[in-house]
Amino acid sequence: MKEYQTITEISGPLVYAEVDEPIGYDEMVEIETPAGETLRGQVLESSDGVVAIQVFEGTSGIDRNASVRFLGETLKLPVTEDLLGRVMDGSGQPIDDGPEIVPDERRDIIGAAINPYSREYPEEFIQTGVSAIDGMNTLVRGQKLPIFSASGLPHNNLALQIARQATVPEDDEEGGSEFAVVFGAMGITQEEANEFMQDFERTGALERSVVFMNLADDPAVERTVTPRLALTTAEYLAFDKDYHVLVILTDMTNYCEALREIGAAREEVPGRRGYPGYMYTDLAQLYERAGRIQGRAGSVTQIPILTMPGDDDTHPIPDLTGYITEGQIYIDRALNSQGIQPPINPLPSLSRLMDDGIGEGLTREDHSDVANQMYAAYAEGENLRDLVNIVGREALSERDNKYLDFADLFEANFIQQGYDTNRSIEETLSIGWELLSTLPKSELNRVDEEFIEKYYVEEDAETAEVTAD
Amino acid sequence: MSKATDTQSDTDTSGVIESVSGPVVTARDLDARMNDVVYVGEEGLMGEAIEIEGNITTIQVYEETSGVAPGEPVVNTGEPLSVDLGPGILDAIYDGVQRPLDVLETKMGSPFLDRGVDAPGIDLDTKWEFEPEVSEGDIVEPGDVIGVVEETVTIDHKVMVPPDFEGGEVVSIEAGSFDVTEAVAELDNGEEVTMRQEWPVRKPRPSVEKKTPRTPLISGQRILDGLFPIAKGGTAAIPGPFGSGKTVTQHQLAKYADADIIVYVGCGERGNEMTEVIEDFPELEDPKTGNPLMARTSLIANTSNMPVAARESCIYTGITIAEFYRDMGYDVALMADSTSRWAEAMREISSRLEEMPGEEGYPAYLAARLSQFYERAGYFENINGTEGSVSAIGAVSPPGGDFSEPVTQNTLRIVKTFWALDADLAERRHFPSINWNESYSLYREQLDPWFKENVTDDWDEIRQWAIDILDEETELQEIVQLVGKDALPEDQQLTLEVARYLREGYLQQNAFHPVDTFCPPKKTYLILTATKTFHDEAFDALDAGVPVEEVQSVESVPQINRIGVQEDYEAYVETLKEDITEEIRGLY
Ligand SMILES: Nc1ncnc2c1ncn2[C@@H]1O[C@H](COP(=O)(O)OP(=O)(O)O)[C@@H](O)[C@H]1O
Ligand SMILES: [Mg+2]
Repeated sequence: MKEYQTITEISGPLVYAEVDEPIGYDEMVEIETPAGETLRGQVLESSDGVVAIQVFEGTSGIDRNASVRFLGETLKLPVTEDLLGRVMDGSGQPIDDGPEIVPDERRDIIGAAINPYSREYPEEFIQTGVSAIDGMNTLVRGQKLPIFSASGLPHNNLALQIARQATVPEDDEEGGSEFAVVFGAMGITQEEANEFMQDFERTGALERSVVFMNLADDPAVERTVTPRLALTTAEYLAFDKDYHVLVILTDMTNYCEALREIGAAREEVPGRRGYPGYMYTDLAQLYERAGRIQGRAGSVTQIPILTMPGDDDTHPIPDLTGYITEGQIYIDRALNSQGIQPPINPLPSLSRLMDDGIGEGLTREDHSDVANQMYAAYAEGENLRDLVNIVGREALSERDNKYLDFADLFEANFIQQGYDTNRSIEETLSIGWELLSTLPKSELNRVDEEFIEKYYVEEDAETAEVTAD
Repeated sequence: MSKATDTQSDTDTSGVIESVSGPVVTARDLDARMNDVVYVGEEGLMGEAIEIEGNITTIQVYEETSGVAPGEPVVNTGEPLSVDLGPGILDAIYDGVQRPLDVLETKMGSPFLDRGVDAPGIDLDTKWEFEPEVSEGDIVEPGDVIGVVEETVTIDHKVMVPPDFEGGEVVSIEAGSFDVTEAVAELDNGEEVTMRQEWPVRKPRPSVEKKTPRTPLISGQRILDGLFPIAKGGTAAIPGPFGSGKTVTQHQLAKYADADIIVYVGCGERGNEMTEVIEDFPELEDPKTGNPLMARTSLIANTSNMPVAARESCIYTGITIAEFYRDMGYDVALMADSTSRWAEAMREISSRLEEMPGEEGYPAYLAARLSQFYERAGYFENINGTEGSVSAIGAVSPPGGDFSEPVTQNTLRIVKTFWALDADLAERRHFPSINWNESYSLYREQLDPWFKENVTDDWDEIRQWAIDILDEETELQEIVQLVGKDALPEDQQLTLEVARYLREGYLQQNAFHPVDTFCPPKKTYLILTATKTFHDEAFDALDAGVPVEEVQSVESVPQINRIGVQEDYEAYVETLKEDITEEIRGLY
């Protein structure tokens, strides 16, 4: 392996060096600083005689005398089932004083696209125990369903609740493949990291987890690598070792900031709000690594978390994410200040894979109708709240008043449940019916008449319980 | 186009890689013309020459380039990017450069897409039963149909003299079993017609002329057929933010549109959405023939995580396939989901070429490319005298849902049907979330004669009645937002009630309900007549002094919202109208 002391330029996270042999695009590089520190990087552009290198740990400490070694291969991660229970830093080095990792195989972290022809459509219901998700925005195995949050909101509590409670009711009966969690942290604070680690330890989840941690004070450029390590591990566990893997990636906003920083250092023409024009493609290459594959027992389900800058969902990070993922769960600031736990706003939330994962034989026959009707009713009530502020309740019709009450009850009884309550889908749907039964039957035009007959709670029996407000 | 079918790879014309940056590679000493297909590097990755400057050729590579290094060879095929045309296109699923994804899976032996693997667009070994339609001694011209093979249970594939042949007298032709490369006919000038043709994707196939389209492409979606119809041979755009219903609408069209052939292009979108089509379409029935839907469908899937250069080309691959079936005299409908991802692929390549960026970083030729694409749609007289059509329906994904951005704006300047999706409606689960105030169809009047002849005489009248009520609702809603509904005069309250039924029973349609998902034009019409019966009777009652609350609480009326899910809708509507009339008249 040849060593070069030919650095010509250092700019932000980038180093340019002259070479006299062909160097492959994306190839790994090691740079040794005069102080003896070894930094790692990757070839971003390779032309005759000169290469551009992106240095993961940042370029501080590098000068023209640093020596550059090209490793002749793209970035690989040693994978093995023994990764379960291990904690690594954001570039894949163990930080938990555990035994040396003996790899089964070394995998390219870029990952190849799954052939759409080889995919299996995800349709197995995952019960998270959270009504706003299970009832209204059902998660299925192999789905990518991000949490759209913002700073200061309890997205971590929700993510942890899902990780703790998620089960597949069918599997519990039949004993299917094992469940594993891969956790990829990008630029989160030590405190947040502790929150996750302590919960993993407390619940014994750590044994079946693989953790990659890039913290707020770790190098920013490394963040472009961390989710790829997490996903490479997840794919290996799912598609080679038959695990059902839940991948939590947080915070995607920090990942995107790192992309922007690299783009700026390369003096690329920036896209919307300064983020690279290729950010859609780049994010897709992460998010599309969720799914199921025909003939493989395991699955990769992704719950990426992002914090929307300025609570704005038209910002490129949530916007491009929403365009790629199979729905999104919104954490809502107003509901949070009302003390609703978890403060999920179902109206802008969506699970695109819900329709095939629910219904008779999967959850319950009336699930889809109940969800649709609750959406419509909550939206109508929500809408009327503005009007009430202006004209008062008296100016509204009886029908309108019913919808206003519905919206209040819906938040108080359906969304509100606490982070430790684990509701079965039956419970979730029966709360739904109690609420819907505060509306006249003729209003339930999205519910099949047969289900109204079967599940509608007639007034006298339930008055006391649900109209109390 | 594929290595498998290429013969030339001349070493004299080959060059050497100079630089690699993502999907863009430059080569030195390559003897290539613009848009020639080249094979890049030791692994022979497929690429296309997109810029030539002096001795340096810039190539967009259709596969991942990690590990590719300067100094590796580049070989020119000497041919432009083309598709293989012939039987076998239907019921197939391709990537953006027409490599069959099922064949790739087998060849790669993995569910992950490897690189450097190639396969012809149509299988070269399959034998097809050829039935001649001309005889020896007949004179044939370019485009003429010389025979047919049964491509699928639904579609007879017409074997045509390629448009770039001279044509002449048929000296030999006979029925029999042939593969796509064997000559099925020979002409006196030595030309041999095979079932397989190649056509460069960036060049429209020739036609005689474009005609005014006068037949609707029936979609089975009430708001489309009823208010904003597209013609066979028409163009439409569906812009909307994420989650507003672009893909569901495109899938509904692919399932229920009364076209002969569907070309569905998944351009830079989700893998699972293509898998859904692959799993569902073979099971679903074509509403026209009752055969499996896949028998009339060709899929192109270049998902968001697949190489960006192949995303740029997938639209051309799709439209060229569509034109080929149009030439056979078929009505083809092409859906592209999403044209924004296509535009972004252009932007990504353009920025790697360091071209001068236009608006929002898109290349200056964005508008031209969009209009060239939609111009390839139309109702055509073909060069063989038949008529055929290509309808093009493009989803648009505006950043932040803001329609003022360049792709939406440039598209709206070209297309004649605009289905504006609305995030507010989607949040309320009003589906399809097509905003009836903003959407339009410039085909409406020219299609009315067809609807009047084939569905009902008063198609246009009752539509206008519905539009007027909905317009009035929009105006009244502004007042309601200030004073509440109860402050309105009774007749206006009643109008709001009628409008609510129009929204809930007519405009809304559940794509996931087994019956409601498809609504024939007759049913679309009958729902309006039932709503109008309520309107007319209710206003008569109001005039007779019945209080509005009483009129509104008539028991049968909410059933208007259930007509959509009725299989036997004619009888249902009949009874419902009688009930409504009887009950309301009973009030006075
Ligand atoms: N016509 C419809 N009927 C029922 N649900 C719909 C309809 N259109 C859209 N939806 C719902 O909206 C979701 C998002 O629609 P989709 O077409 O995937 O949006 P987009 O492509 O614009 O992001 C779907 O998953 C589905 O739940
Ligand atoms: Mg879509």
